[in-house]
Amino acid sequence: MGQIILEKVSKTFGDVEVIPPLDLTIEDGEFTVFVGPSGCGKSTLLRLIAGLEDMSSGTLKIDGEDATHVPPAKRGLAMVFQSYALYPHMSVRKNIAFPMRMAGVDKAEQDRRIEQAAAALNLTDYLERRPGQLSGGQRQRVAIGRAIVREPEAFLFDEPLSNLDAALRVGMRLEISELHKRLETTMIYVTHDQVEAMTMADKIVVLRAGHIEQVGSPLELYHKPRNSFVAGFIGSPKMNLIEGPEAAKHNAHSIGIRPEHIDVTDSGGQWQGRVAVAEHLGSDTFFHIHDTGLAETITVRATGEVGFRHGDTIHLTPRQDQIHRFDASGLRVE
Amino acid sequence: MARSVTTQRKIINTAAAWSIGFLIFFPILWTILTSFKTEATAIADPPVFLAFDWTLENYEVVLERSNYARFLWNSIFIAGGSTLLGLIVAIPAAWSMAFVPSRRTKDILLWMLSTKMLPAVGVLYPIYLMFIKLGLLDNRIGLTIVIMLINLPIIVWMLYTYFREIPGEILEAARMDGATLKSEILYVLTPMAVPGIASTLLLNFILAWNEAFWTLNLTAAKAAPLTAFIASYSSPEGLFYAKLSAASTMAIAPILILGWFSQKQLVRGLTFGAVK
Repeated sequence: MGQIILEKVSKTFGDVEVIPPLDLTIEDGEFTVFVGPSGCGKSTLLRLIAGLEDMSSGTLKIDGEDATHVPPAKRGLAMVFQSYALYPHMSVRKNIAFPMRMAGVDKAEQDRRIEQAAAALNLTDYLERRPGQLSGGQRQRVAIGRAIVREPEAFLFDEPLSNLDAALRVGMRLEISELHKRLETTMIYVTHDQVEAMTMADKIVVLRAGHIEQVGSPLELYHKPRNSFVAGFIGSPKMNLIEGPEAAKHNAHSIGIRPEHIDVTDSGGQWQGRVAVAEHLGSDTFFHIHDTGLAETITVRATGEVGFRHGDTIHLTPRQDQIHRFDASGLRVE
Repeated sequence: MARSVTTQRKIINTAAAWSIGFLIFFPILWTILTSFKTEATAIADPPVFLAFDWTLENYEVVLERSNYARFLWNSIFIAGGSTLLGLIVAIPAAWSMAFVPSRRTKDILLWMLSTKMLPAVGVLYPIYLMFIKLGLLDNRIGLTIVIMLINLPIIVWMLYTYFREIPGEILEAARMDGATLKSEILYVLTPMAVPGIASTLLLNFILAWNEAFWTLNLTAAKAAPLTAFIASYSSPEGLFYAKLSAASTMAIAPILILGWFSQKQLVRGLTFGAVK
């Protein structure tokens, strides 16, 4: 069981309030992603849960037990760090064994769990090597292995993939998702990459300046962002936000329309502009359009190959049922 | 650094490096050579380089006149003692400054280093008086403590820079993995810091070994180490260059040999952990 409840948890560094009091419940077995721009407090929040930082106020409950003042090692949580944080002077085997050695697990059981983890993570051939002799992806797997063998209540991941190259990142993302499906253990995952958040999460927590902006499933956030910040943060490319007369027509301070919800034609559209950059990916075509009179740039994602080039005039029609409306404070208007 | 170096350039660089190295080493070489000369050859003009009658008489005289073993033991005691004592104080200090810094940590470090900029003679008088009151004059333990304190800023700084190279996340990982503070230091921190601790130990031992100002001023006969032993042969009247050289050679030989075998660690120590 690994239910984690935060009640009025806050953190201040000196005079700076990094995290104002917040409440959050993470259900047992859930894959929760903390996402937000850098400096939003997502890593701090994770470190508070881990016990690596002391909370300034509030209570943390793990599995119904008050864990506010419990030291990190006794919380039953395992953490995977961005830098992997492997012990450079120990072999892979010893790295993975370390938490069990600290817990006094007997040698035979240690070996059994190491073999099991190594097999699951494709590390069997590397057990006697030092971390310095491994590639980035292998190091990350060792870090995950070290976490698995503890059989923790919950896994904490602090931007684990950001040191890997793009191709490897996609692979590791799938591996971590599969691991979650297999173990059904609570996982909390911190990232600034909204694609990772969307693809992996059961539940996404969007943070800005220590505040929780919205909590919901990936598709809830995509279809019903609570405010213009979440609307702009979730989805790639970013949602177009338009203010002024066009928004007033919809009775709102600003309206948002996602790039994939705008149809392009060469005549007769609702709006028109000039193609500044056209990115042809084959599967999709991205247009960055200037001179629309709506916003500096309007981004459009058209399916398949669409033949507009730089400098062409382009006509745009937003799908009316996909327009999001926001009031002056940025809150969603239904 | 995939810069191609021509053979010619390599030869020039090598020759230049050897020349500079020889230049720096020359005074020591000359001291060693002189120690095997007679007093008369030692002051011969023009000087004789190698073609002289090699003799051991200076060593015989020096060994006969002074108790070399006692000076040597004092040197080992003071240099070793002050180094160990320094490490015992500096390791926890450097741990805390590197891993749980406060707002004042940088200031404290700079302040400590600034004490090294003070001319030692500036505090000689108060320390001398304190030594008289405490009955520590010409006392090995007193000298060990003073030399430990004199070198402490350097030890703390060196260890601090080494510890700073150890990523904090690794220590946090150990904490998450269930390590107590003791096991964290024993199984993770110390093994990772061993090269740094070794270089610090070596460099400090050499600094303490060569320390002359305090040893000359605070000792007389009982606690005098090898630096005082050399000084006792440097007399303004009389020509004792050869004997002075023999004494010097005997004083520097142990540390020279130690330095030779630990070159690698020393170089790392002298670069203060800047080069990885």
